[in-house]
Amino acid sequence: MIEIRLHGRGGQGAVLAGNILAAAMVHEGRHVVAIPSFGFERRGAPVASFLRFDDKEIRQLTNIYAPDCVLCIDPTVGRAVNIFDGVREQGIWVQCSAKPLAALSFPDSIATVGLCDAVSIALDIFRRSITNTIMLGALAKTTGYVSLEALRVAIQSSAFRDAGLKQNLAALERGYEETVVHKIERRAAA
Amino acid sequence: MSAVLKPKPHYIVCDGNEAAAWAVSLAQVDMVAVYPITPQSSLVEYLAKFIADGRLGAEIVDVEGEHSVLSVLQGACLAGARTYTASCGPGLAFMFEPYMRTPGMRLPMVMTIVTRDTLTPQSVWGGHQDAMSVREVGWIQIYCETLQEILDTTIMAYRIAEHHGVMLPVNVCHDGNYLSFATGRIDLPDQAEVAAFLGQRDVNWHVALDPERPMAVDPLTGGAGGPGPALFVRYRKGQCQGMQNSLAVIEEVHADWGRRFGRYHAPLVEAYRMEDAELALVTLGSMTGAAKDAVDAARAQGQKVGLAKVKTYRPFPAKKLAEILAGVAAVAVVDRSVSFGWNCGPLYQDTLAALQSSTIPAMSCIGGLAGADITVGHFARVIAACAELAQSRTPGDTLWLNEHD
Repeated sequence: MIEIRLHGRGGQGAVLAGNILAAAMVHEGRHVVAIPSFGFERRGAPVASFLRFDDKEIRQLTNIYAPDCVLCIDPTVGRAVNIFDGVREQGIWVQCSAKPLAALSFPDSIATVGLCDAVSIALDIFRRSITNTIMLGALAKTTGYVSLEALRVAIQSSAFRDAGLKQNLAALERGYEETVVHKIERRAAA
Repeated sequence: MSAVLKPKPHYIVCDGNEAAAWAVSLAQVDMVAVYPITPQSSLVEYLAKFIADGRLGAEIVDVEGEHSVLSVLQGACLAGARTYTASCGPGLAFMFEPYMRTPGMRLPMVMTIVTRDTLTPQSVWGGHQDAMSVREVGWIQIYCETLQEILDTTIMAYRIAEHHGVMLPVNVCHDGNYLSFATGRIDLPDQAEVAAFLGQRDVNWHVALDPERPMAVDPLTGGAGGPGPALFVRYRKGQCQGMQNSLAVIEEVHADWGRRFGRYHAPLVEAYRMEDAELALVTLGSMTGAAKDAVDAARAQGQKVGLAKVKTYRPFPAKKLAEILAGVAAVAVVDRSVSFGWNCGPLYQDTLAALQSSTIPAMSCIGGLAGADITVGHFARVIAACAELAQSRTPGDTLWLNEHD
């Protein structure tokens, strides 16, 4: 079983991203459960969503405390909450950021980092900083948990229509193409 | 010989509230009345959409509050309609007067409770306190563990409610937040097969608003003189009998569902790894998945633990639970609500009553109030406490699982 924790802010579509990802993984024959965190819906407030997938049935319906992967679709929410809380060794971090790797700090438990300047892409495509489908592309590129094709199918079968659908499919592709994946060499023990 | 091939499953990915709405659509209800309340709101929004899209040919009435919700549905039911609504928490509280009247009128409504903790302290999150507060009103109450179970049980609820030996309203309870908003894969049954499973609606053969057969509906009954006392007792005993009859009907309906759709959900109480178990957990609702994972982990360590999940909570399946628990050394009951009168969980009280003729010690654990999580780790603590109880045989105070979270 793999556990992914999504971080974002209210209004960016973190919960929708979790649902699209769930649909894509079901399309690939996996068992998936996605549970959003429970707060008052408030634009801009930190939100989280928890997703588990496996090749067998998933029974526990709980939040995620020790994720294998952290997907953060907002460039600054990491200042408000500890997005790395409980992350497992050899963890994967997929981050929305325009900064280079050297300018970012993260714990030793992170072994793979995928960086995507999703805000710039979003402003280009949507004229608004809605980063969710872009960061699903970034997740696919960084982790290989899900294929780009399955995400395409999931977006096509979601509520997006016409221009919105086209934009989100383009956003997904660009998220995938423009993500840079870094393998982190373990720092030598002091 | 020709083979009957089962058609490919029709999977959809949705949350628990949408799963309930799909069930209502497949049950082809005639009348829906709604008032939104967190965490139920998206359920009635899905229903409104299904009706607007023409997928469900029902009438929807947007009323000014939950009191009117049930009042509208009582009229519809008396006119012969299959009816549905959903509510929870403060909405259920506002609904209480007609809610109390519905089982006595023997109206076979189905209503989802998207369970929520009660005010106050102010909170909008899940917990069983709302449903537990109305556990003695006379509605059948069935709790779901999974998304698929929400869909399947909501459809089955109509056949249970409308059975002529039952004729009682059914609450299908699914946990606010953890089931209402959890998204996963469900297998959507075929519309024609569901229609064949449910059969013709026949809901007002006993009491009706019908100009063709005029009758007084619910006239004044009771008091200390004339035919009153005996008549009132007859009605009350009839209600109790309907509740007891439903136990067999619930089993029968689940068995038929399994035969037709291939999914066999335990109708009253599910026994999980109870063969040779020395310790037993008793659970209710969506917490059960994490509890099963904790049972597997303890079994892997050599501990003989099992689990009994209560699905049908009212009427209480006392005989079934006692059978499953017979022979264990200790029982730990986990509630997601509080019995203020007894300083423990309500399911714990029911379990004690079911175990009255045994000497098995049992303890009460309370967790998951107001949206709090009950994790595999919490259940590991419950199993450890249960193992201690098997040694001491003296139940201590209620264990509050999230007290130090």
